[in-house]
Amino acid sequence: MKQLTCIVCPRGCQLNIDDNNVVTGNFCPRGKNYAISEITNPTRIVTSTMKVLNSNEVRVPVKTSKPIKKDLMFEIMDKINSKLVYAPIKIGDILIENVDGDNTDIIATKNIDVK
Amino acid sequence: MRNCNLVIVGGGSAGMAAGCKAYELGERDILILEKNNYLGGILNQCIHNGFGIHEFKSELTGPEFMTRFSDKVKQYNIEYKLNSTVINISEDKIITYSNEQEGIVDIQAKAIIFTTGCYERNAGAIQIPGDRPSGILTAGQAQLYLNNYGYLVGKKVFILGSGDIGLIMARRMTLEGAKVIGVAEINPYSAGLNRNIQQCLLDLNIPLYLSHTVKQIIGKSHVEKIVLAKVDEKFNFIPGTEIEFECDTLLLSIGLIPYTALLSKTGMTFSKTKGANINQAMETDIPGIFSAGNALHVHDVVDYVVAEAKEAAVGAIKYLNGQLNNSNNKIDIIPSFGINYVIPQKLYIDEVDDIVTFKFRVNKPYKDINILFIFNGEIIKKIYKTAIIPSEMEMINISKSLFKNNNGQLVIKIEEKK
Amino acid sequence: MFDVLIIGGGVIGAMIAREISFYKLNTIVIEKENDVGNVTSMANSAIVHSGYDPEPNTLKAKLNVLGNSMFDEIASDLDVTFKRIGSLTVALEEHQLQILQDLEKRSKINGVDVKLLDAKQTKELEPCLSDDVKGSLFATTAGIINPFTLTVHALENAINNGVKLSLGEEVINIIQNDNYFDVITNKKTYQTKIIINCAGLFGDKIHSLIEPIDYSINPRKGEYFVLAQLPYNFVNHTIFPLPSSKGKGVLVSPTTSNNFLVGPSSEWVNEKDDLSTDKPTLDNVKSQAKLMVKNIPFDQCIRTFAGLRATPSTHDFIIGFAKNNNHFINAIGIESPGLASSPAIAKYVVDEFLSKIIHLEINENTSKTIKKRLSPSKMDKISANELIKNNPSYGKIICNCEKVTLGEIEDELSRSVPLNSVKALKKRTRAGFGKCQGGFCQPLVLSILAKHFNKPLTDILYDKDFSNIVKEETKKEAK
Repeated sequence: MKQLTCIVCPRGCQLNIDDNNVVTGNFCPRGKNYAISEITNPTRIVTSTMKVLNSNEVRVPVKTSKPIKKDLMFEIMDKINSKLVYAPIKIGDILIENVDGDNTDIIATKNIDVK
Repeated sequence: MRNCNLVIVGGGSAGMAAGCKAYELGERDILILEKNNYLGGILNQCIHNGFGIHEFKSELTGPEFMTRFSDKVKQYNIEYKLNSTVINISEDKIITYSNEQEGIVDIQAKAIIFTTGCYERNAGAIQIPGDRPSGILTAGQAQLYLNNYGYLVGKKVFILGSGDIGLIMARRMTLEGAKVIGVAEINPYSAGLNRNIQQCLLDLNIPLYLSHTVKQIIGKSHVEKIVLAKVDEKFNFIPGTEIEFECDTLLLSIGLIPYTALLSKTGMTFSKTKGANINQAMETDIPGIFSAGNALHVHDVVDYVVAEAKEAAVGAIKYLNGQLNNSNNKIDIIPSFGINYVIPQKLYIDEVDDIVTFKFRVNKPYKDINILFIFNGEIIKKIYKTAIIPSEMEMINISKSLFKNNNGQLVIKIEEKK
Repeated sequence: MFDVLIIGGGVIGAMIAREISFYKLNTIVIEKENDVGNVTSMANSAIVHSGYDPEPNTLKAKLNVLGNSMFDEIASDLDVTFKRIGSLTVALEEHQLQILQDLEKRSKINGVDVKLLDAKQTKELEPCLSDDVKGSLFATTAGIINPFTLTVHALENAINNGVKLSLGEEVINIIQNDNYFDVITNKKTYQTKIIINCAGLFGDKIHSLIEPIDYSINPRKGEYFVLAQLPYNFVNHTIFPLPSSKGKGVLVSPTTSNNFLVGPSSEWVNEKDDLSTDKPTLDNVKSQAKLMVKNIPFDQCIRTFAGLRATPSTHDFIIGFAKNNNHFINAIGIESPGLASSPAIAKYVVDEFLSKIIHLEINENTSKTIKKRLSPSKMDKISANELIKNNPSYGKIICNCEKVTLGEIEDELSRSVPLNSVKALKKRTRAGFGKCQGGFCQPLVLSILAKHFNKPLTDILYDKDFSNIVKEETKKEAK
């Protein structure tokens, strides 16, 4: 039996998951899915910023296009930190393609206008 | 002097949502005044995800959430002024703002929605003992410097207070290359949401010290060390529990306070939250002035801010249509045992369509309790909760039909099971 | 070769520099801190005392009363906020009424206009006082002042009149030659004919560089609460308890910025840079204040701070020539009522000492005033809009709490006293002094300073060296 705090929504249900992957304590079905994936394959959305040129803004906020393996967080941060991008940028623009070898992209989460 | 039906003070998520809702209800004479050079307020620096689950049924980052609303404001062609700081609001609803192009301008508003958000409690408010070096910042400042300016405020960071921004910053600073040594919380429970404890601390092996606070700050020009100590139930330091940490930064995440200084000259009254006292239509003591969002009480989720701002817009439109006639028949809402505050503070039940939503927070975590709604001495609603915590705002709807009378007192309290 | 070298850019050094600046003398002020008025002149009660308290016939008594009388003109000339709000020294027990009468006699000897009030009159004047109040001594000439701008503006006036100023420069040694001194600092060596020692807490150390001394300047700490601006004035006068051997006691007073001060404590400390606060002391300040004034809104505290008094072992100001060198003038041991005395001290130093050792010739090309600062929040709307039309920066509000505009900040950056830090700007403009304590405006201020000095954000200091607010740019390797 393992205990987890559900992170799917701000409610933060206290979940219990047993050895047969039976989940209790979840308010909604997403909690059950979370508990199972957290035990078998924990993933996270990573949000950060990238350095941007050609704009009055110096950083563009970004996120992974889907959750990535938790263990890859710092590796992906290195890639985010080492690439420079240029305005104009639109929300959803892919700034780094396939950052994790599993078809996850780094995408912009804000429109950045040219200076 | 320019006249305007509806002036919205503050173009963050609450202000934009209120403006859009008012537009959707048919109002066209709307002006949003915003001090920053963009619409969106604090969400611009909240680059983490988790916004919009209720409003947009998808998980967005702060900038994505704000852009959805700012796009809508632009699509509706609602007038807004950026870089325009409101410097006064009078009782008779004259709003004075200042900007570079127009100077100092007065506008006579028919209705006002006040959505200025909140500010962070800082070191002065809690009187942390010790030296006064630099390197003591609020978590929100550190967030702005990191996410929008591209600078770390420190490399070795301790965080006081387990508020959500502090937890989020623990993760952000760690990902960006700083070492976060720990987070201390004076209460025996966290002030932040569970998922932030999991994702921002546990994921990154950052310890959380409950029932601990900073006993001393050491450092002449910059923070060099902090001394942490355990506290008892009355928050007195327990001798012998001191732990010293070397660090270059102390971040504070010790609470948010509605930023209502602008309302102080109107003569309206304020609640324990430091936000205005309001009625069921989100209207303050001054007829025609409404308030919503973090300027009213601090929310844990922006989706609720937006929902509340829309209610304020509904109220404002009713007011503009002459449909709010606060009569003498008023129900006072009284938070009692276990309840920290309740929104609204007063209720004109005759003006309610069919349900009233009460929002409140408890003063500490409880398990296995009933929440009682006692109207003029009679329990009109009893709700069982397995657990309830201060970091999450509760919302409970009560049907108008349960109020047999249109004046008196509604007491809300917690009943602990023996 | 300088004619006069002033050590210390606190309020005393500043006032003396200004007084000297009216004469044809080559003068420099050396200040070890990054800003002027950054130690005792910054952290104090900001009171222009009336002069009822000092022992008659002391320098304190004489210069306090004279200094107080000079403040209307000084404040007007130097564009400093000053309000004669009056002080009430209150007796809380019957037997203390005798002490009030003694104080009244002392006031008469010192030449201070005071009135004895009974309990009813006192409460009428200040309804928030404790119901235990038995009577009070009302000193109408007592005032409150902005201590930050007093020092800055006095030096601005002095610099505009030709005085030099060097910041961040600490005097390490002084060599006495036949007709001049070599003053050795951490940066260079200056030659000067005359030294005026205004080194505050370190005045004894500076004096001892030229001869043995038989006194000491000891740091005596005072801790305070600052309360937010409130929609109502809970006190309208400066409220003192009866003075004791530990000084004038814990006062409750409005400030010129419509905040409220409660303090100070009085504790001897070992270190001359110990500006730490502690809970037991502040708790004690709180309980002392509560004895006099009802319902103090301590929940509106926006800051606590400590200041250090430069208390001389001689019990009086130390002003005059050194024992063995009449080209070395001391103006030290200036504890309370030092701020109130400062203009008189400057005149006294120049008239009684400087004039005896060097020829003073009025310089006609000097001014007693400085260009007034303009602040839209303090102007009528028509004039404010005129100002904004000419300079749109005055329409851009940077500090929301205190309504400080970009125009005011730019004006301050153009003035003659260097402005090197976020705190220096805060002291001059009040940006960051409000309820949010810079939560919103500090990042804006930091950017404005970085842009003005054309430096990266990491180079901008909060106050002293190594007090940088941001440490490291992220993603520097991005390509």
